[in-house]
Amino acid sequence: MNAPAQPRRPVESGVPDPFPFMHPVMKKNYGNWSWHDRPRPGVLRHVAWSGDEIWTVKAGTQRQMDVFSVRKLCEIADTFAEGYVRFTTRSNIEFMVSSADKVEPLIEALTAAGFPVGGTGNSVSMISHTQGWLHCDIPGTDASGVVKSLMDMMYEEFIREEMPNRVKITTSCCQINCGGQGDISINVQYTKPPKINHDLVSKICERPAVVARCPVAAIRPAMVNGKPSLEVDEQKCVCCGACYPPCPPMQINGADSTKIAVWVGGKHSNARSKPSFHKLVVANLPNNAPRWPEVAEVVRKILYAYKDNAKDWERMGEWIDRIGWPRFFELTGFAFTKHHLDTWTGSRKTMNMSAHVHF
Amino acid sequence: MTSNDAPKAAEPEKHATPLLDELETGPWPSFVTGLKRLRDAEGKSYAPMMNDLLGQLEHSYEKRMGFWKGGTVSVFGYGGGVIPRFSEVAEKFPASKEFHTLRIQPPAGYHYTTDLLRQMCDVWEKHGSGLIAFHGQSGDIMFQGCSTENTQKAFDEFNEMGLDLGGAGPALRTSMSCVGHARCEKSCYDEVKAHRSVINEFLDEMHRPALPYKFKFKFSGCANDCVNAIHRSDFAVIGTWRDAMKVNQDEVKAFVVGHGRKYVIDSVIAMCPTRALSLNDDDTLDVDNKSCVRCMHCLNVMTKALHPGDDRGVSILIGGKRALKVGDLMGTMIVPFMKLEADEDFEKLVEFGRRLIDFFMENALEHERIGECMDRIGLPAFLEAIGVDPDPNMVNHPRTSCYVRTDDFTDEAEKYFERKAKEAGLTVAAE
Repeated sequence: MNAPAQPRRPVESGVPDPFPFMHPVMKKNYGNWSWHDRPRPGVLRHVAWSGDEIWTVKAGTQRQMDVFSVRKLCEIADTFAEGYVRFTTRSNIEFMVSSADKVEPLIEALTAAGFPVGGTGNSVSMISHTQGWLHCDIPGTDASGVVKSLMDMMYEEFIREEMPNRVKITTSCCQINCGGQGDISINVQYTKPPKINHDLVSKICERPAVVARCPVAAIRPAMVNGKPSLEVDEQKCVCCGACYPPCPPMQINGADSTKIAVWVGGKHSNARSKPSFHKLVVANLPNNAPRWPEVAEVVRKILYAYKDNAKDWERMGEWIDRIGWPRFFELTGFAFTKHHLDTWTGSRKTMNMSAHVHF
Repeated sequence: MTSNDAPKAAEPEKHATPLLDELETGPWPSFVTGLKRLRDAEGKSYAPMMNDLLGQLEHSYEKRMGFWKGGTVSVFGYGGGVIPRFSEVAEKFPASKEFHTLRIQPPAGYHYTTDLLRQMCDVWEKHGSGLIAFHGQSGDIMFQGCSTENTQKAFDEFNEMGLDLGGAGPALRTSMSCVGHARCEKSCYDEVKAHRSVINEFLDEMHRPALPYKFKFKFSGCANDCVNAIHRSDFAVIGTWRDAMKVNQDEVKAFVVGHGRKYVIDSVIAMCPTRALSLNDDDTLDVDNKSCVRCMHCLNVMTKALHPGDDRGVSILIGGKRALKVGDLMGTMIVPFMKLEADEDFEKLVEFGRRLIDFFMENALEHERIGECMDRIGLPAFLEAIGVDPDPNMVNHPRTSCYVRTDDFTDEAEKYFERKAKEAGLTVAAE
């Protein structure tokens, strides 16, 4: 009998050095760039102090990519570009080339292969999204499907630059909100307290840790049917789902109770206004796979109210700051309800403590 | 029927996917079409796995529920970096009963050659499902879909290529840095160097999770914050400068000619958040650098005319996170300026990172982020613990609540004046 093979010792190399994979013009001019412009949507030209130029063509991808798509992109990069690419934080791919004459053939090749060229400047870029039913252990919806449906609807806004400023959209499959803040955020919002399988709780869950996880102290240990379990004070419960990851028998999802909410005005950049969190617009939209038409309609209304009314360079939240929330709800046609009034710690500071009123 | 008529090697039937099929129409690239390409790949070991994966996903679309559960899968020497997924409906979809993800750290700044991408594809075809995400929200390359048995084999090959696992669980997490120095004129420090210096110093905290909860660093070259550091990291490093911004007045004039005076006034001058800009009568720009907060707006609009100053470094904000558990927190300004040019500056940054991680390890409660810990103990105690002095750049405004004991106010004020004198290069009486 052979002795079991000795496991291979890993090399804990950490973050790889990017220089071997960086376009030579970018390497040569590292830290010495002078200015840039956008000659057309989807194309950036950066000029170094040395006079060197690097042209970037940006294209959308489906993020969840099969190796055949990745190899297709490689083939395009080798044939029409110079073999160097980047992926952005929103899963767009960027092809860098050192001369302007390579740009048009590259765009044609990408477009012919079904990869839309755009996502630069004041466009609607690709939605940053989460794993969903495809791979997450606690998902309320399928981010990839929601994103595909929305990007189909907003395709023209990706390949053009016709928005007042850039529009960053995110989706998230639960209230943990891994997709992050966005000008528009499409997030699962649970509407019912968890349904507890009391037979499994004591076997699977570390009960004190679950009790500690609840943000409103609504969970307490209890004996149910003679077994140690947990119970939820449903009057207190805010249906956030925080107990579900550490205790899967506390199922927060339900085919009919998992709903979708849409939020606006999140912003990461410090340009002009300080970074901001997104704010609730609509809740209780149906989780209507495979195309989520109700969600798409809400996003479309918000997007075009912004496009038609905001000034150049105003992000979604800055536009609303200028026109006021009453006008926002009027322009978009959504209801303002008691659920728009924040009730969390510090919420008083979100109220209008002045005589400033929009009419 | 004779045995000759029996089908040869049983080709598993393809699951019908009527709901997913609807996601193959429309102009945006379809992930479903990609999944089907993997399912239909002839002679590939992962094809049956992807058939069942599509079956399970269709089942999710029908039931509107997810069917994965976690577990424990790791590779030799590591406690994290693999996201285990076991199917809860494995009896129906056995070939994808194990569908783990390897989180692999990308090159800083997300640079790839086609050669590197092809090597990754080859490894993932051999040991995994052929499904890759560039990138997950964590900043990792997500190699999704690996059996428990193949996890070690896949990692070994990636590791031989010079790639390493990222973070998961209560650990230092994979970081992100913007394109920065490699292509951007706004970049105020060497993001690659900062990213790699910091993260590669603390790999032990990434690979063997032992922190109270997750801890994230993110690196943006300027206040445009393209990697969303202030919202999404415990330790946000944002490029900035201390001296005056650089103005090329000829380019300003050319911009006014090209865009018109009204556009410049409406879109540049009037949008300055601190009213630090004014257009002179000769169409040059007047900048009040003492009022400027380095928000980047005017530099974004006039890319040829305006540039960051020469005295560059970073601001550090601590404590950003999303809702769970106390509510959303943005990073709070803790270090308004740290020079970041010379090697010893980078060492100081790493040292400050170490101080924060040590503080976090010793003081945070289980499952508490550093931002929540700061709130629980209050900023004065936090600053004292990490050895940072109070600075008016840390606040929107001084306290409004009178509920505070101030009997040592005079001593504290003295310390402030001593610090100020030191900064100004004056000798302090006590020394």
